[in-house]
Amino acid sequence: MDDTKRYERLLTRFKNGEISRRTFLTVLGAAGATAGIMGGPMGMLVNSAKAATPEQVRFDGWGGVVSEAFEKYAFAPYTQKTGIKVVSGTFGGADEYLARVKSSQPGEFNLAHLSGVFDYARYHNMELSSELNEDNIPNLKTVIPNLITPLRKISNGKLSAVPYDYGTTGIAYNRKHISDDEAKAKGAKLMVDDAYKGKIGGWAEWKTRIWYGALQSDQNPNDIHDIEAVWDMIRKHRDLALKYWTSGAELMSLLAEEEIYVTEGWSGRIRALQDQGHDIGYYDPKGGLGWQECIFVLKGSPMAACEELLNFMLEPDVAIAVAEGQSYPPALDPKKVELGKVIPTLPAFDPSGTLDGLSFFDPAYWNKNEADWSKKFSRVQRGY
Amino acid sequence: MAADIASAQKRAPWILLSPSLTTIGLLLVIPMMFIVVYSFWLRTATGADQVGFYVDNWQEVLSDVFYRDILFQTLKIALYTTVICAFVGYIPAYFVANTKMRSKTLLLLMLMLPFWISYIIRTMSWINILGTSGALNGLLLWAGIIDSPLNMLYNQTTVVLGLVHYLLPFMILNVYVSLEGIDKNLTEAAESLGCNGFQAFREVTLPLSFPGLAAGSLLCFVLAAGTYITPLILGGPRDAMFANLVYEAIITQLNWPLGSALSLVLLAFLGGLVVIYTRYLGVDQIAKSFR
Repeated sequence: MDDTKRYERLLTRFKNGEISRRTFLTVLGAAGATAGIMGGPMGMLVNSAKAATPEQVRFDGWGGVVSEAFEKYAFAPYTQKTGIKVVSGTFGGADEYLARVKSSQPGEFNLAHLSGVFDYARYHNMELSSELNEDNIPNLKTVIPNLITPLRKISNGKLSAVPYDYGTTGIAYNRKHISDDEAKAKGAKLMVDDAYKGKIGGWAEWKTRIWYGALQSDQNPNDIHDIEAVWDMIRKHRDLALKYWTSGAELMSLLAEEEIYVTEGWSGRIRALQDQGHDIGYYDPKGGLGWQECIFVLKGSPMAACEELLNFMLEPDVAIAVAEGQSYPPALDPKKVELGKVIPTLPAFDPSGTLDGLSFFDPAYWNKNEADWSKKFSRVQRGY
Repeated sequence: MAADIASAQKRAPWILLSPSLTTIGLLLVIPMMFIVVYSFWLRTATGADQVGFYVDNWQEVLSDVFYRDILFQTLKIALYTTVICAFVGYIPAYFVANTKMRSKTLLLLMLMLPFWISYIIRTMSWINILGTSGALNGLLLWAGIIDSPLNMLYNQTTVVLGLVHYLLPFMILNVYVSLEGIDKNLTEAAESLGCNGFQAFREVTLPLSFPGLAAGSLLCFVLAAGTYITPLILGGPRDAMFANLVYEAIITQLNWPLGSALSLVLLAFLGGLVVIYTRYLGVDQIAKSFR
């Protein structure tokens, strides 16, 4: 084995947290002194070592109240405890973030609050995933098993992320104009009801539009047999809709200002609107869309520091505080952790901890169709 | 000795030009070459790029009626915006150029004021003006002119309105520079030869200010055709411009090769327009408004 390989192994052990920084630098320094070399692979590895036990790690999330909750309840105490600063960035969507990561160097981006199993699979397939040392994250044992299992299936039994919260994309409606009974009776078809033409909204995301198109055409979104019927429903919704929103803030603004009366919406954002006093109803129709969010660690990140942050974020006190801040139930198993008084009142909360009542994107099915459907949606949206 | 001097004289312009050439090369030509190269790659099913020389993206972009239609829609919106900017912008430019007020500098400063506020914020301000609970609906309801709020937002008209709001200062400044350069004696001479005020304007001022109007129009058209934020904020589900397709190809579909081909098509159209303008009017007029 040449020196470079030996150093790389040493660095890997250090990044995995198997040896301390002090030990790593001592061994490296001794080796350097023995060899009498400066610079070359040694210099490169010392720089890598600095990156591996960094003064800071980068975290990217959705912004808004979610980021505020992370900042307040997770990052600030973590920095206080470890001395490692968390540099927080935001993105508008997982697609946008993926484009940024794709054009960056490994290690430039570290942790990200990604949506669902779908994105986990996408990032993994693009070889952007890391491999977590679960021994460094003992709090992982308190997480709902049904949220972990789908992630393991994608990454060959290993994990590149920890599930952090879950929610639903259900139907949000203004109670001044639409009653609870009407919403329940019409379900997903409420959003293609001619009576509300010009007062309907929708998320400008191809997956959600197709999911709801499938529900509106009475199909299983994870096993669509008549995709043309789905496109027809998307066209109908498009022609009735006033606006496709592109962010949680825009969703809240459209509903609060009564620009639209009905749209699908994210459970946590709708709860935030309700808390602000807006009379907005929320209903998960049959086959409604559930999702989980995870904290994903990207390839090239300083693993030990990231794992420590993950474990810290899964501490019940921190996870519950963040969950209350962002109005999404935490990924913690209610059978193992006492979640307090507020969490059980959040929309989408499942007291059984099984999440059996929710439907999730089947990552294999949706990833297989992603290229065709995302492209086709762009055309359908524009009138084709 | 003479040969050395001649050689040094030959090299001198290149040495003097080298900082500019290096900057243009590094920041414009090389990135552009990357985009050209990318446009011949392919996006694989996993989202990774397949390196090679494939003409598939170009075939798709040049043969698909969808891209052609959106391009024409983009050019149409840009044209509407430019024409409105020209009509609306000429009046304040004329006023500023001909005012006898002492505070001309203040007026010019006010023209620059919108540039100090983020373009996105300026665009979003229309939501508070035209929204169902916005200022205009509130006023109409208060005045009893309407019984229920009007839906004024999220259509092509609001997209054009947002673009006019964004681009109007560019037009005004260009026209102002042109008007400011006109010798006032020419108008007076026209009037002394029997023209009334409007005739003097039509026969003398307007033709002489045409280079400024053309420069402003070129700037407005190119900037309008390249925008994607305005339709995103103020447009409805169907409203899109060509740059939105580039954004979606690169960000949503992660298809950088297709996005590169699309962006080069837009560049070719707008670049062609600049070439035509330069051929007939020159670029000096545009530069003047930035001096």
